[in-house]
Amino acid sequence: MQNWATVKTPPVLGAGPPGYHVVGRHGMMPSVQHDEAARFNFLANMNRFLSTQLLPCVKTAYDDRAKPAFVKAQGTAPAHRKDVKAIMQHEPAYQNWSALRRGTMELRQQSGRSVVLRQLDPLIEQARVLNEGQSTLRLSDNFVVPRYISAVEQHCAPGGYSSELVADDIAAAANYDVGIFATTGGGLGRYADGGGKAVVQWLARTHPSFKPKRILDLGTGLGHNLLPLAEAFPDAQIIAVDVAAPMLRYGHARARSLQTESMQVDGITFLQANAEALDFPDQHFDFIMSCMFLHETSFVAIQKIFNESKRLLSGSGISIHLEQPQYAGMDVYEQFIRDWDAHNNNEPFWTTMHELDLPALAQKAGFAPAQCFETGLEAIVDEALFPKAPGKVEDYGRKAAWYAFGTQPLAESAASSTAA
Amino acid sequence: MSKLSLEEKRALAAKKSKGKRPWFYDSAEAERVLNVAMALAQELAVTRERIDTLERLLEAKGVLARSEFDHYLPNSAISAERSQTQEDYLARVFRIMTQSAESAGEGAAGHEGAASIDELART
Repeated sequence: MQNWATVKTPPVLGAGPPGYHVVGRHGMMPSVQHDEAARFNFLANMNRFLSTQLLPCVKTAYDDRAKPAFVKAQGTAPAHRKDVKAIMQHEPAYQNWSALRRGTMELRQQSGRSVVLRQLDPLIEQARVLNEGQSTLRLSDNFVVPRYISAVEQHCAPGGYSSELVADDIAAAANYDVGIFATTGGGLGRYADGGGKAVVQWLARTHPSFKPKRILDLGTGLGHNLLPLAEAFPDAQIIAVDVAAPMLRYGHARARSLQTESMQVDGITFLQANAEALDFPDQHFDFIMSCMFLHETSFVAIQKIFNESKRLLSGSGISIHLEQPQYAGMDVYEQFIRDWDAHNNNEPFWTTMHELDLPALAQKAGFAPAQCFETGLEAIVDEALFPKAPGKVEDYGRKAAWYAFGTQPLAESAASSTAA
Repeated sequence: MSKLSLEEKRALAAKKSKGKRPWFYDSAEAERVLNVAMALAQELAVTRERIDTLERLLEAKGVLARSEFDHYLPNSAISAERSQTQEDYLARVFRIMTQSAESAGEGAAGHEGAASIDELART
């Protein structure tokens, strides 16, 4: 059967998200038939509609009605996002946007899972073929997945990241990969690697002579944001850590199938391990990164992760973590909208993490204040395929732009802090 | 291998994620209906995309031009047939509305048709 998603059609430049056919193919990608691609196209457009057409209605309801009523009754503007929530949850515009956004997430899961489950056996077999005999996939039989990952089903995905329906399961990862285009409206690029590419570009800009020898990616998932690092630093040894076996099996096989002359994957090890405690010597790595990982951990774990990063990072090493913006200093309405995912998209640590002072945690782990930096990064995508939406499109919590926090060597920190 | 039946796969695809589901409307019933409407909107978008593909393939293969779809004019007999189809379609889609109107009338008149199951059970 013809795979409709691989039909090569030049995308038409326009306001909407690109069609599903531009999504990058690789040896592990589930085959996506015509109607399945059309479901993702609907969801990508639905998400765009929610952020550009309905979300502004929520803001209008707040500005024109809810906030003035609050001010009239209380004599002061809402001072906390909980105040905003208390008045907005009764607003029809907020109810509409929320009900549709939650429904769209659930539809996205069903759409992705039905694609994957339809071809689960051949996908598992394909992963076996790609992974067989490779020492670079290291899973542990008796691995204990931390409760913050096993007890919750993130993004409304049944089973979450780590549960396995059958032996050698890869369904959770394949579902994540096949549908992330719909959730982000294509904002992360063909291979959902816009974050990794942004990290590579940031390194080139701020630390042009830096050539890491050992790279550690925490919470690697599909390894999608790691592959740009492998391409940029072909001589580096790379360790990609995750707690979820389905993600690692799929990510390892995906990377192998994407190997090209300019991107060798033999140097990447996909390791099942907990980022809170890793079995590597002190100062083993000179680059430690994570993309949208810290918010999937917990209050206790995040400090341990920073402590462990401090132990593992060499004195001349750099670390960087990408997340959505922190709440401190942010307008309370924007905080309220950004906090939607915590309760409504199964992200229990989302609220707490966005309230944390991450540089303070790093300093508690032993980094010097002058080593810590904060900056903003935007996804690097092929703009011929993924044209930037005209005007201001802000899909809070989903935008392919991040708050980045990290540490750099003391000697360099003064010189590069302005360039960051 | 996976030993999952088609029925199991269908159920797993539609499975609810762990945790309490948030509801946003005062009426959960209304929100359930909205979710059904969203799924239908998705399926309608899929159908439209499929028809669009069909038209483009027919044109690419030289069977007919896409403009022929837009400029197609039915004759009177076909129009009448389509009108009949539309009426049947509307009766199916809006059945609950027409039934509500019927029962409202029955309720007001209080005639036999309005008897409830409970009432009938006691007769």
